Amino acid sequence: MVRHNDHAHGSAGASPALLTDSRLDAATLIDYYRQMVLIRRFEEKCQEMYTKAKIGGFLHLYVGEEATAVGAIAALRPEDHIFTHYRDHGHAIARGLDINALMAELFGKVTGCCKGLGGSMHFADVSKNFWGGYAIVGSHLPLAVGAALGMKMQRKDSVVMAFFGDGATNCGEFYESLNFAQLWKLPVVFVCENNLYAMGTPLEVHSSVTELYRKACAFGMTSERVDGNDVLAMREAALRAVEHARSGKGPVLLEAMTYRFRGHSAQDTQKYRTKEDIERHRRNDPITRFRTLLLNEGIATEQQLRDIDRMIDDQVEAAVRFADESPEPGPEWITQAGVYAAPIAVDPPIHGE
Amino acid sequence: MPVMTVREALRQALHEAMQDERVFIIGEDIGRYGSTYGVTAGFLEQYGPERIRDAPIAESGIVGIAIGAAMVGMRPIAEIMSVNFSLLAFDMLFNHAAKIYAMFGGQMTVPMVLRTTNGWTQLSATHSQSFDVYFAHMPGLKVVAPATPYDMKGMLKAAIEDPDPVVFIEHTLMYTVKGEVPEGSYTVPLGKARLAREGRDITVVTYSRMVHLSQQAADILARDGIEVEIVDLRTLRPLDMSVALESFKKTNRAVVVTEDWQSFGTSAEIAARLYEYGFDYLDAPIARVNFREVPMPYSRNLELQTVVTVDRIVQAIRKTLS
Ligand SMILES: Cc1ncc(C[n+]2csc(CCOP(=O)(O)OP(=O)(O)O)c2C)c(N)n1
Ligand SMILES: [Mg+2]
Repeated sequence: MVRHNDHAHGSAGASPALLTDSRLDAATLIDYYRQMVLIRRFEEKCQEMYTKAKIGGFLHLYVGEEATAVGAIAALRPEDHIFTHYRDHGHAIARGLDINALMAELFGKVTGCCKGLGGSMHFADVSKNFWGGYAIVGSHLPLAVGAALGMKMQRKDSVVMAFFGDGATNCGEFYESLNFAQLWKLPVVFVCENNLYAMGTPLEVHSSVTELYRKACAFGMTSERVDGNDVLAMREAALRAVEHARSGKGPVLLEAMTYRFRGHSAQDTQKYRTKEDIERHRRNDPITRFRTLLLNEGIATEQQLRDIDRMIDDQVEAAVRFADESPEPGPEWITQAGVYAAPIAVDPPIHGE
Repeated sequence: MPVMTVREALRQALHEAMQDERVFIIGEDIGRYGSTYGVTAGFLEQYGPERIRDAPIAESGIVGIAIGAAMVGMRPIAEIMSVNFSLLAFDMLFNHAAKIYAMFGGQMTVPMVLRTTNGWTQLSATHSQSFDVYFAHMPGLKVVAPATPYDMKGMLKAAIEDPDPVVFIEHTLMYTVKGEVPEGSYTVPLGKARLAREGRDITVVTYSRMVHLSQQAADILARDGIEVEIVDLRTLRPLDMSVALESFKKTNRAVVVTEDWQSFGTSAEIAARLYEYGFDYLDAPIARVNFREVPMPYSRNLELQTVVTVDRIVQAIRKTLS
């Protein structure tokens, strides 16, 4: 069952004949680059806005992990579904959520993707089948399985992709979800983003098995480890997994090897790893790798990529302006009408509403 | 009108709900085993394994799956065999079911029902609990605990049709309680209390199985010419106090009867609202009758001293009137 790609982690990337190998055109490849840079710049801007106290709460950045979201989500169709965890900015951007609405959400504005009620950890956009970031570790996995059951019962061929971290693979819900999904042959692609840490606890300190894709063995589930810092390898593994799930063969667990360059959240002092550790991993920066590849292969010119970078800078600046100028949500959001789809009036009313 | 048991009324509601293709039932031993309390017995044979889903013993998974399926357009009914096991699913219920509508800015709804059952009978500490107050504490959930076959059927139908997550609380000692249920389909709105018995001397505010015990207590007191008015709250969240307050303004005395621990329990909230909105009408301190605050003992003798009995309700009413 288990397919282990020994070359996955830290592999050199795509072959010289990039276009033929990936069966992608230059525009698509360049778009993956654009998406990854957009995530990176968005995250860097978030850090800046956090320091300026424009953004509050917990802020978990996706810097360093961009290829995982972009590669995995590239394998999905619009009618497929995504559930993710609190480190959700990358997935939202890769799914094409409007970054104005994302920045506005972070600023707590009513123009935010969740009207300013969810914040960084709870991005969602139903129109994109992006069912949300969930901040209780591991606990969104049963929801993803339920959505997949819904698809199966409605005779739709949509698949559900669920993102979570290495730490989440120790949660009871992870095991319950894998069992349910395999037992009922549900179309779920579980994407574990193994960034080697659960907050400050290293992989080997938190998990009895450190090759996390092997956790699928107990359920007879297909699984695979993939280089999550190689956007094309990630996409191909995700395509295999999505095809498997869509064809009715059941779920797949993908373990994407990656690394976060920033702290767990904006407040992290990172006592649990050294600067050298981070520097070593930076050599495996998914964006630098892909950029070099595009240039070496003659897919894009330096000028083209610089133009894209500049366009993204403008876009992110515009998102900040949009968020800044947007109004805050009104008090109607903290009445029962904001809590229930069908609020029931009672007498005497709650809070005298 | 036909007379039937609570169990039969619930079965009718579920059969009617199953006419909607979006509805399915998920829970432990609901199908092949024949259902722990017989509510879904025969459903597997009638509707098949896709819609009557025997689930592994994974309460969190069961409720989480119901939530996810509800979000994408299904109408799941999750059954937790007894409320004692619902603790394993509290995260799903509290952090997801209750929050998803509000937290995502009203983009998604979670039209699911969680059916579960309170109860006791020499099952000792882990199997004789009531968590009504935990469910009812949580904004975003609707929580109902009807008492009669009529309400069981009508409110379960309403719960299944409701776009919000509803916790539907039954009671193991009520499945054989009988009552009138009209022919045909009907719903009873959530969030509306009802007058279960008229009387001018004292108000008993209660819900679920305690409505029936309070009726027995009222029958006993009636022999002494004491008229007890009984208010059946039916829904705990949102809590409709209008009927109880109207009654209290007439009788000026109240006893709150709930089958849970007293401290911070449902009776505390109910009494607080009576004081808050009925203070000017108060002629005596409001009494409360609840479980003794101990983990439920196994020994029959001790168990019967721990639970609410008709006798304890009678005593509390007499004391409040004296
Ligand atoms: C159930 C639960 N326990 C603890 C936390 C606090 N917490 C938030 S993120 C996190 C680490 C999760 O690590 P991992 O799953 O590897 O994801 P990563 O942050 O590395 O992307 C912890 C312990 C939580 N949010 N939920
Ligand atoms: Mg991690």
